Amino acid sequence: MAVSSVPVDLSAAMVMTPTALVDWLIILPVVWCILVGAALMLVRRRVQAHARLAIPALALLVVMNAGLLYHVAVTGPVTMVMGRWLPPFGVAFTVDLTGALFALTAGLVALAGSVAALDDVNGSGRRYGFYPFLMLLMAGVNGAFLTGDLFNLYVWFEVLLISSFGLLVLGSERRQIDGAVKYGFLNLMATTLFLIATGLIYGVFGTLNMADIAIKVQAAPERAPLMTLTALFVLAFGMKAAAFPVNFWLPASYHTPRLVVSALFAGLLTKVGIYALIRVCGMLFPTSLAALSPVLSTIAVLTMLTGVFGALAQTDLRRLLGYLVIAGIGSMLAGIAMGGQGGFGGAVFYALHSIVVMTALYFAAGLAARAGGTASLAVLGGIYRSHPGLAALSLMLFFSVSGLPPFSGFWPKVMLVRTALDGGAFVLAASLLLAGFLTTIATARIFLLAYWRPATDETPPLAVVALPVSVLLPLVGLTALSLGIGLFPEPLLALVRVAAEGLVAPADYIGSVFPDGFPVAIPGGAAP
Amino acid sequence: MKSLILRTVAPLLIALMLMFSIFVLLRGHNEPGGGFIGGLIAVAALAIHGIANGVETVRRAIVFDPLAIAGAGLLMATLAGLISLWMQVPFMTGIWIEPSLLGQKVPLSSVMLFDTGVYLVVVGALTGVVLALEERGED
Repeated sequence: MAVSSVPVDLSAAMVMTPTALVDWLIILPVVWCILVGAALMLVRRRVQAHARLAIPALALLVVMNAGLLYHVAVTGPVTMVMGRWLPPFGVAFTVDLTGALFALTAGLVALAGSVAALDDVNGSGRRYGFYPFLMLLMAGVNGAFLTGDLFNLYVWFEVLLISSFGLLVLGSERRQIDGAVKYGFLNLMATTLFLIATGLIYGVFGTLNMADIAIKVQAAPERAPLMTLTALFVLAFGMKAAAFPVNFWLPASYHTPRLVVSALFAGLLTKVGIYALIRVCGMLFPTSLAALSPVLSTIAVLTMLTGVFGALAQTDLRRLLGYLVIAGIGSMLAGIAMGGQGGFGGAVFYALHSIVVMTALYFAAGLAARAGGTASLAVLGGIYRSHPGLAALSLMLFFSVSGLPPFSGFWPKVMLVRTALDGGAFVLAASLLLAGFLTTIATARIFLLAYWRPATDETPPLAVVALPVSVLLPLVGLTALSLGIGLFPEPLLALVRVAAEGLVAPADYIGSVFPDGFPVAIPGGAAP
Repeated sequence: MKSLILRTVAPLLIALMLMFSIFVLLRGHNEPGGGFIGGLIAVAALAIHGIANGVETVRRAIVFDPLAIAGAGLLMATLAGLISLWMQVPFMTGIWIEPSLLGQKVPLSSVMLFDTGVYLVVVGALTGVVLALEERGED
């Protein structure tokens, strides 16, 4: 109760310094998404109000995430502990540059998706709750990027998983439910593995706070079955990120939902897995991750190659893009396998680039399918003649995803290949270059068949289809972003370098959680 | 379901269960109980109502759309966390006021608001599921 006869020293258990207003930026992106999502559920029946509420809300989310990035870039990692309890007991949200960069990019892509949905998600999709699900998905995604607590990370994974189920079956078509079952089954399995590994960590270290775990792993690495833990996390997050050989759910499910949903999933969800892999395995268990490096390298090479070969073999535009997502995941895994500042930096940069470009590619593919009347490469044709603007945008994105200059895909690839060459990982360097080359061929094949080739006899008659502005606009925006990053990479490169440095040597991260240097001793507790 | 026995007993059961659910919600503050379990009991009551008197009756009885109730609960729980913004303490910190009501001190807290939000989320979401299932059964 509030009134107690025994005087209690609150400062032993609670944060006594007043919370500055600017610190609320740490939690605000998540709280805001939940608030707006709840408000949208309240006005569930007034469908036309959804977009009007959600789009400005997501624009504001981008502003918040940009503010958070600025704050973190200026002051270093920041922490807020829920309910005032001192860490490691309270659930901590700790934001460093990596998290803030991911959150900002995710916000941008979600905004693009919400605008594109104006055209793509029709009345029934909105009645099923596209916008509320999108807001709650973003709450989960932001939460995963910003949290500093392992179990909390699991909770945000669940939040985004449940929302993604809803988005997948929007409209309840038979093949959508078929895709959702495969997606759901594998993802639930991955989440269960994640939970088991988290339980194991709690059993061993008696803490779930990431900074606290990092300290305890460093202090006494022999106390814990670190290799088992790392392997479990790699498997769990690898499933989420669609790494070979646990990636068959992605091509099986990503072509069934609505276009915007596929675009957002391709951009965001696999990268949350990559982020978690970097954060948990890279930051908390660096030594055992380095020991696992040969395994991860093999996985990375196989993921890259299965991705590009799958892309080369596909004739359905959206399925093909699903394989390109996987190829990109392979490149990020290569970075994680190499580790160190160059490896993590390359992986983070590649992930940011991939979030933007994959989403844009799905938009472009949707428009191409709309213009040509089909998504099959066997029949598509003549888009270059009928829609030169769309063809130009698509070509830029194809360059970007293949890692050709002057687009955003070029720089992370350079970083990764250079790190690989410096570290003597010649197989990885060769595979990265080979995957880039084969991606170029795969995308060139799309361009050749769907755009350059004159319309075939089987092509549905090309009436001049007016392309919806609400999809074109985000497409142009994201392509411009990719071009902008490609032309002026220095600011982002500098940020990514600092972010990667913070992952390799998380002293600042730990310092922001424990400003006094070490966690409070637990009287008679299990911890050392 | 056309069962005279169930329909006769149902009002009694439902009233008891709903009261008990609120008791559990409030008791959860210092003792076992709370919003989640209280909400489940309330959903069970509404489910019995649905089985005895049909889904339409339940929908009329709860007035609002079940998912809107869940949304309101989520909103309430989040706002409960945001109260701490004005007190310069971190998100979700428990904040207490003790107004006097008829000479009796009534401790109120943001934690209780949060718990009530959880209660509503559980009631709304699960009632939506249960009613949809019962509707399917009536076809």
